[in-house]
Amino acid sequence: MLRQIEGSRAVGDAVARCRPEVICAYPISPQTHIVEHLSDLVRTGDLERCEYVLAESEFGAMSVAIGASAAGGRAYTATASQGLLYMAEALFNAAGLGLPIVMTVANRAIGAPINIWNDHSDSMSLRDSGWIQLYAETNQEAVDLHVQAFRLAEAVSLPVMVCMDGFILTHAVERIDSPAQEQVDAFLPRFEPRQMLNPDEPLTIGAMVGPEAFFEVKYLAHAKQMQALDLIPEIASEFERGFGRASGGLIRGYRTDDAETIIVALGSIMGTIEEVIDELREEGHSVGALAIKSFRPFPLDEVRLALGAAKRVVVLEKALAVGIGGIVSANVRMALSGIELDGHTVVAGLGGRPITGRSLRSLLLEALDGGLKALTFLDMDAELVDRELRRAGSGAPPGPHAESMLREIGIVAASSH
Amino acid sequence: MPYKELKMYQTGTYAVGNRLLETDERTVQSRTDRSNSLTSGHRACQGCGEALGARYVLDAAMRASRGELIAANATGCLEVFSTPFPESSWQLPWIHSLFGNAPAVATGVAAALKAKGRDDIRVIGQGGDGGTVDIGLACLSGMFERNDDVLYVCYDNEAYMNTGVQRSGATPPAARTTTTKPVGAEPGNVFGQGKNAPLIAMAHEIPYVATATVAELHDLEDKVERAMEIRGARYLHVFVPCPLGWGAAAADTIKIARLAKESGVFPVFEAVEGRVVGVSKIRSQVPVEDYLRPQRRFAHLFGEQPDTEVIERLQAHADRNIARFGLLDDGPTEGKGLMEMLAESEHGPQ
Repeated sequence: MLRQIEGSRAVGDAVARCRPEVICAYPISPQTHIVEHLSDLVRTGDLERCEYVLAESEFGAMSVAIGASAAGGRAYTATASQGLLYMAEALFNAAGLGLPIVMTVANRAIGAPINIWNDHSDSMSLRDSGWIQLYAETNQEAVDLHVQAFRLAEAVSLPVMVCMDGFILTHAVERIDSPAQEQVDAFLPRFEPRQMLNPDEPLTIGAMVGPEAFFEVKYLAHAKQMQALDLIPEIASEFERGFGRASGGLIRGYRTDDAETIIVALGSIMGTIEEVIDELREEGHSVGALAIKSFRPFPLDEVRLALGAAKRVVVLEKALAVGIGGIVSANVRMALSGIELDGHTVVAGLGGRPITGRSLRSLLLEALDGGLKALTFLDMDAELVDRELRRAGSGAPPGPHAESMLREIGIVAASSH
Repeated sequence: MPYKELKMYQTGTYAVGNRLLETDERTVQSRTDRSNSLTSGHRACQGCGEALGARYVLDAAMRASRGELIAANATGCLEVFSTPFPESSWQLPWIHSLFGNAPAVATGVAAALKAKGRDDIRVIGQGGDGGTVDIGLACLSGMFERNDDVLYVCYDNEAYMNTGVQRSGATPPAARTTTTKPVGAEPGNVFGQGKNAPLIAMAHEIPYVATATVAELHDLEDKVERAMEIRGARYLHVFVPCPLGWGAAAADTIKIARLAKESGVFPVFEAVEGRVVGVSKIRSQVPVEDYLRPQRRFAHLFGEQPDTEVIERLQAHADRNIARFGLLDDGPTEGKGLMEMLAESEHGPQ
């Protein structure tokens, strides 16, 4: 059904169509509209046979999901940023226990400093938790990925996080084709747990595993993610047949076939990137773009195939590995092992700084010119940072960095000295 | 629901035997058809109070729920000694997730069962004092305030035993632990700290709160049975001596639990919606010293120069409990709310 609807609400509706049995919610911007909407659906009886638990924290919420899933219930929650970190221990636990929980991560920056706007720091910081990570480019895809996520999670018995850019997608009102209940029922069978807490067949879940067996048990999670590499495209194809549109999969190339320079990115920024690619192509430049949609498992073979023939790869990422630089680019580099080409990391959009078409265009032109450095921070005021570093190192009384920088550029008017 | 006092004792031991009771009054443990939910083969220490308590609690809960029971367990001794992969001592569906989330996991299990319309299957959450009053307190409080249909049992051996006897929020003042050694200005755990979990539970005004010890196993089973008749959030705090951690003889576990009750150190009571409804009176009061002496964790208070000041302070604590809960025969008890009880500690019985 076509509707003009806010991303969060559309995702809430899609989750409801998947017949979750336990939803545990703790509010955090910018996912809150999702759990608020689901609360309405449960209260009005729109979503039946579903228990909605108002958790006391994100750690509590994920723990409730763990208990619910282990008891054979289809479980769902949503979070972002600080909330995702707060449940970190539980995330590893859910993945290790093989519980097919689905969670929306409304991508948001991680403090300090506290910031509620979009970047990928949160999900990137937990990329090794064992959770499958899928990134949506559009609200339509976010909706579709949730339906695919339950199917995928329950097929491999691993939890799945669907990542969608906070505010940019969650709070955008646009035209969405919301899946109907019959469509979802045909696509998503009942949850049949591989194992569950059942008095009729008692078993022990979460035993203590020593050095003689831990290695193998842990490896199984990796093996399951390797299985997911095959399953993700299969599920995406089946989804396309059932719902009439392409959504999901491992990667998506845009005009990459004969491209000499390819820009790689995740999530909603692909929309802006495609426009810039089209513009540059018009001007005769050989450029293309690659969206990575499944970040975990990381599609090494597919990425190698898509990028291997290019001369130059620019990885644009909304996260920063403090102390080294790029996260996505390190993973892309792994896929290109043995292949010689020019690789560039561009960190952009941290804390919600807009990534403009104009900036992307200049960036790509610079790359095409051969002038792009190995590591660039797009639209970051490097001079301001340099002055601040000099000030901090000058012996002047230490003060808050953020404040003094803002004062310098005139945003903070008051001054105490 | 008044405390049901069994008045038959074998003289000299105070043990309540099953032989002299009607069949329906005998313990679940004495029955051949008990579920043996925590069966033999686990690796608990000799004389472990927690293993004893858990065995009684779970079989009683299984009986009350006709075998339809799921357990969520926090990290700790009970979890570690019972599930060394690939072996398990549990004969009921059992899950261990993390240290601080047992109450939340139990909530999740209960929610899934409710969604599936399986209210015949009951849920028990369990953990030690560390997992309950410290790292698990937020999840516990959340479970209480939502009134989730979970019976949570805390096995209180008053320290982080599994990791080698470190101080917890339930460690009593003056007790030796590895992080509160008898050195420095204030030997052992300091006074003026610590959390009273049963009172915290009462403050949430949940349907049922009770304390019990492994010295009165009939009472322990009765409280589990009573708790299982109720729906909603319920809390049971069981005093379980730890021979290794307390430096006591393995054969003294039950005796020490009895001394804790008879000295007033550990009040045994029940509360409904924040009001005390039953108290197990002290049968024959003993001085706190009798309770402290058999435990090497208090050894630094004795010897050639006993620390009489600290012993007196501990006695004062016990006396305060006696006043608050009316543990001696001459005190009124039923119907007291939490605030009234707390007020008594300052001004004596009102």
